[in-house]
Amino acid sequence: MNAADLTAWIRRAAELVAADAERLTELDAAIGDGDHGHNLARGLATAVDVLDELPADASPQQVLTTAGRTLVSKTGGASGALYGMALRRAGKALKVDEIDARWLGAALREALAGVQDLGKAEEGDKTMVDALARAVAAFDAARHEGADLAGAARAAAAAAEEGAQATVPMQARKGRASYLGPRSVGHLDPGAASTALILRALADVTGGEG
Amino acid sequence: MGKVGLVVVSHSRRLAEGVAELAREIGMHRVRVQAAGGDVDGGLGTSFDLVDSAVRTVDDGAGVVLLADIGSAVLISRLFVEEADTTAVLADAPLVEGAVAAASMAAAGADLDAVVAAAQSAYEVRKS
Repeated sequence: MNAADLTAWIRRAAELVAADAERLTELDAAIGDGDHGHNLARGLATAVDVLDELPADASPQQVLTTAGRTLVSKTGGASGALYGMALRRAGKALKVDEIDARWLGAALREALAGVQDLGKAEEGDKTMVDALARAVAAFDAARHEGADLAGAARAAAAAAEEGAQATVPMQARKGRASYLGPRSVGHLDPGAASTALILRALADVTGGEG
Repeated sequence: MGKVGLVVVSHSRRLAEGVAELAREIGMHRVRVQAAGGDVDGGLGTSFDLVDSAVRTVDDGAGVVLLADIGSAVLISRLFVEEADTTAVLADAPLVEGAVAAASMAAAGADLDAVVAAAQSAYEVRKS
């Protein structure tokens, strides 16, 4: 995949999050501060606009770091900081114009490390890390078993969805939900849910490669 | 060398401004304190861009200490510190008590490390 494919990924992520904004916001209203879906949809939509203004020869690194910077500025809140950090770290890891599965795997690992550096969450804390960490592990496992980029991305998307669902029985240890203690149990984490959508978008745009 | 500047990062514009007002007073108006409260539209929330402009306002070369309330205020402050090309430190401190302690120390002409340490020592003051 190349810079144009990465732009297509952000565009697809913006579509999926916009389509599901109401559900994400309702999930957030249950255990967070109730603005996740619409905030993230707005941030991603602005990122798409900014990416459309990039020169045609922009590098993969420029695409993702630009998208990350836009999310930080325009999404606001914890999700803007965390997704912005994830995309910027992923972008910085991409030092070539043509991204194969090995490069994309490295970028996803960097995104996870960035999120964890910033948010200090571990797996099991009921956050986006529960979706993203499983996605990264599944991507690497699929690649080691011989999957191509599209196959590894599909495995990552499926694992992210499983990771999001796995947050339902968890008790939150980060964010506003952590103040609820046992009352946070039984709710899907909105950040894990949006992470699953963003990984689904990645699988969608790489699907054509085969 | 100038004095260390302070930035108060809160979800509420009025809370940030109130803490900044208190810190300026405690700092005998010898310390630059800037509020970065709410989102860019003035609603509840946080804004990386507001933090960025607040730091520029108070930075005169001696460094800037960020004091944050909760959640995303902490995250965007951490992110700012990582990205900043200026010397900024997020104090691991309670917002009001940390800002007051930092302002006192900064007004005395202390360096960045001492101001951060003063803010962080605010956790040790018990209330009961």
